[in-house]
Amino acid sequence: MEFSLEKREVRSKKLVFILPIISIVISMLLGAIILLACKVNPIMTYFYLVKGALGNKINLLNTIGKAIPLLLCGVGVGIAFKLKFWNIGAEGQYVWGVIGITWVMLSGKWAELTAAGTYSNASWVMLFWAWVPDSLLLPIGILVGMLMGALWAGIPAWLKAHWKVDETLSTLMLNYVVIKLAEYLYISKWKAPLGNMGTPDIPEAGFLTSFGYGGKLNTGLFMALAVVGIMYFILYKTRWGFELNMIGKNSKAARCQGVSIKRNIVIALLVSGAICGLAGAIDTAGITHKLTKGVDSGYGFTGIVIAWMAGLNPIISIFYALLMAILRTGAFSLQIKMGLNSAMGDVLQGLILIPLLATNIFVDYRLVIKHYKKKIIDKVACKEEE
Amino acid sequence: MNDINYKAPPVVRMEHICKRFPGVIANSDVCLELFKGEVLALLGENGAGKSTLMNMLIGLYKQDQGTIFIHGKEAVINSPQDSMALGVGMIHQEFMLVGNLTVAENVILGIKDLDFVPKMGIIKRKIQDISEKYGLAVNPDSLIEDLTVGEQQRVEILKLVYRGAEILILDEPTAVLTPGEARKLNEIIHKMLAEGKSAIFISHKMDEVLEFSDRVQILRRGVSQGVKFTKDIKNTGELAMLMVGRPVLFEFERKPYDPKDVKVKLENIVVSGALGARNILNGVSLEIREGEILGIAGVAGNGQQPLSEVITGLCCSTSGKLFLDGKDFTNKQPLAIIKEGVSHIPADRGKMGIVGDMSVEDNLSMKKYRTAQLSKGPLLKRGLFRSFANNLIKLFEIKTPTKDTEVKFLSGGNIQKTILAREIDSCKGILIAVYPSRGLDVGATQSVRESIISQRDKGCAVLLVSEELDELLMISDRIAVMHEGKIIGTVNTKGADIEEIGLMMTGIRR
Repeated sequence: MEFSLEKREVRSKKLVFILPIISIVISMLLGAIILLACKVNPIMTYFYLVKGALGNKINLLNTIGKAIPLLLCGVGVGIAFKLKFWNIGAEGQYVWGVIGITWVMLSGKWAELTAAGTYSNASWVMLFWAWVPDSLLLPIGILVGMLMGALWAGIPAWLKAHWKVDETLSTLMLNYVVIKLAEYLYISKWKAPLGNMGTPDIPEAGFLTSFGYGGKLNTGLFMALAVVGIMYFILYKTRWGFELNMIGKNSKAARCQGVSIKRNIVIALLVSGAICGLAGAIDTAGITHKLTKGVDSGYGFTGIVIAWMAGLNPIISIFYALLMAILRTGAFSLQIKMGLNSAMGDVLQGLILIPLLATNIFVDYRLVIKHYKKKIIDKVACKEEE
Repeated sequence: MNDINYKAPPVVRMEHICKRFPGVIANSDVCLELFKGEVLALLGENGAGKSTLMNMLIGLYKQDQGTIFIHGKEAVINSPQDSMALGVGMIHQEFMLVGNLTVAENVILGIKDLDFVPKMGIIKRKIQDISEKYGLAVNPDSLIEDLTVGEQQRVEILKLVYRGAEILILDEPTAVLTPGEARKLNEIIHKMLAEGKSAIFISHKMDEVLEFSDRVQILRRGVSQGVKFTKDIKNTGELAMLMVGRPVLFEFERKPYDPKDVKVKLENIVVSGALGARNILNGVSLEIREGEILGIAGVAGNGQQPLSEVITGLCCSTSGKLFLDGKDFTNKQPLAIIKEGVSHIPADRGKMGIVGDMSVEDNLSMKKYRTAQLSKGPLLKRGLFRSFANNLIKLFEIKTPTKDTEVKFLSGGNIQKTILAREIDSCKGILIAVYPSRGLDVGATQSVRESIISQRDKGCAVLLVSEELDELLMISDRIAVMHEGKIIGTVNTKGADIEEIGLMMTGIRR
């Protein structure tokens, strides 16, 4: 018997749906082995994991709320990946979204505190947005957050387009720049007068409307779904989407057809960074309400995984964003119910990925098993087909 | 030709070879014999299974069925090392040389039983001995990247002989050579045959086969169509019949030559090379008029491709002017030039002509998607893509399972037809065709040439870059010969002297 892989002539559409399910089952089995090795009942673990994530209304809304920034980062990164531009900088672009929106929303607060005489460190930059009326706080805050994210992605894009600077390094490194900047802001410059870290809360006028039940899900959901819809439409139904597809799959041929590579890389990355920035802005306006420790929550990096698993399709990303959100929120309850270290959640998350990426090959290839006994029959077949 | 003893046992015998790839039978029950001291030509269209058959002989593939005998003994060949140990070596179309190493270093590269510190003196002497013996003039100390293609090919031959190859397989060896160099190669091979070596020569060019070989074996769609002694073959028509399975036309109907206005005009175009290197284009001036095909002859790599890329806007010129329809288009963006009506069949069809991972339908639409025919503002009219593609598939007889099949799964000929369909459909007066029939079989070549001629008859200005003189003589109206980035001379095809063109290709103006 001999195994070999043969290229399929047409990608198997059926397998695109079946494989994720099979691979999730495989990863659960793999996870079970590890859990057994830790002397934990795997069935109970998975039960509490799912229950912790979806078990009651509060948990369910919490999970969906977590899925929003994950989904947006996945979609944002996906556009860059469509061009084979490896934007590893979603994390930094996300943090810029947070910084951008808090910058806008806190200006009024700083002015207030200064007027009350309890604060004396406000620079003109911090007060820059003090003129914004309450009703415009949210839209302007979100726009500024998106703009910051866009610019942060635009820098490596421009460098790549004009000087061929490797984007994996530049986007990754820029993450640390902005994460450290955020740290400086919430520990020192923008720190609330009371407490030892974190900015003051943004004004309530800038909050996204919550659905209640613990307040983890908010109207940001509609924005995220709108972005998914718009991006899907752009990628699959417009001339620009067609051009991005051409560039990603063969940039030389695209150039021969008159598509400008440099311009499109920069524009696509501005969009990509803006969406990641939007993720940060929504999460701030909806849940955290301030810039503080934990702003580099890993949403941007998980977004890369989501984009990849979803095959860069914005709509399929919804499914994977939910899956990753379930693992994230469920892992907390493992700690409480099973006494497991929450790091086990990360382990299970990692295990989901490996089989999924490994089985992806079967979409393009099929496994062929050759039996040597069949040789004689083959010979006849070979002649017949002449 | 040498005296060959066809009664003696053959040095290579392949018996009932079958090899299948997904969806294709590459070889079906093929038998082949090679005798000592002969050149066997393996002739067939692209995809006929010539290269597959040879790749099994050197161990790159393993046959599904059948046996290979070398020097009468059954041989199990699992890798090129195995075949080398049996004295079988192959020179591939793309040379396997390391550019920044010397000739000597390349020759010993990959030899297993080499001293830890190789004795280069002895190795160089051995290389020189071989060079002198067979007339393989190369300097063992020169860097590969400084050599011409012809010289590089000699290094490949040296490599095989150095390793003791008795049976040489040459995959389309003359494709990159000038007629003169090809003749030289012929001499070298015959010196080796006199020594008792044998050679298999893969080709799809018939006249070359007649000139070089002792016997010809013809493959068609993976099946052997028989073996003939070259001296018994009367004309190429007979071979073409066997190869294609139907009579092949070598003449094309065309309107009389009557050029009108100048469509493309280049004035002293210079494209400088990398720092310190010589200019890629060195002051090229030419004109192409409505209703004429200007052929560009020359050995590959003498500036033909950069010339086509200057006209299509893909390559920037350092100085000089480009005019299209009388308007200045020097160093304009490709899109502006496309909008002026320039169509381009690029040299490397896989890398530049198509997006392999996209469907036939999408590939056919890649020029017109931005016009009102296929889109409305920024939105694509996906529904119209379908009928548009179906129409072109029918018109250009593109053989594809469905229009949604990814283009990379099509054969070379059908990929080229896809490009041709797209470019000719969108052509508005200027067609730049670079090696349009390279690597295509006789049937596909014919339809490509017919399409190009019909564009000329419609009043297009056509630039045709080709490395085959026959093709240029057959379809172009004038031929410009390039050498080292310059146009050495231009001749009218009618009454052109092949020898003179051949000389110009080496840079000599008579």
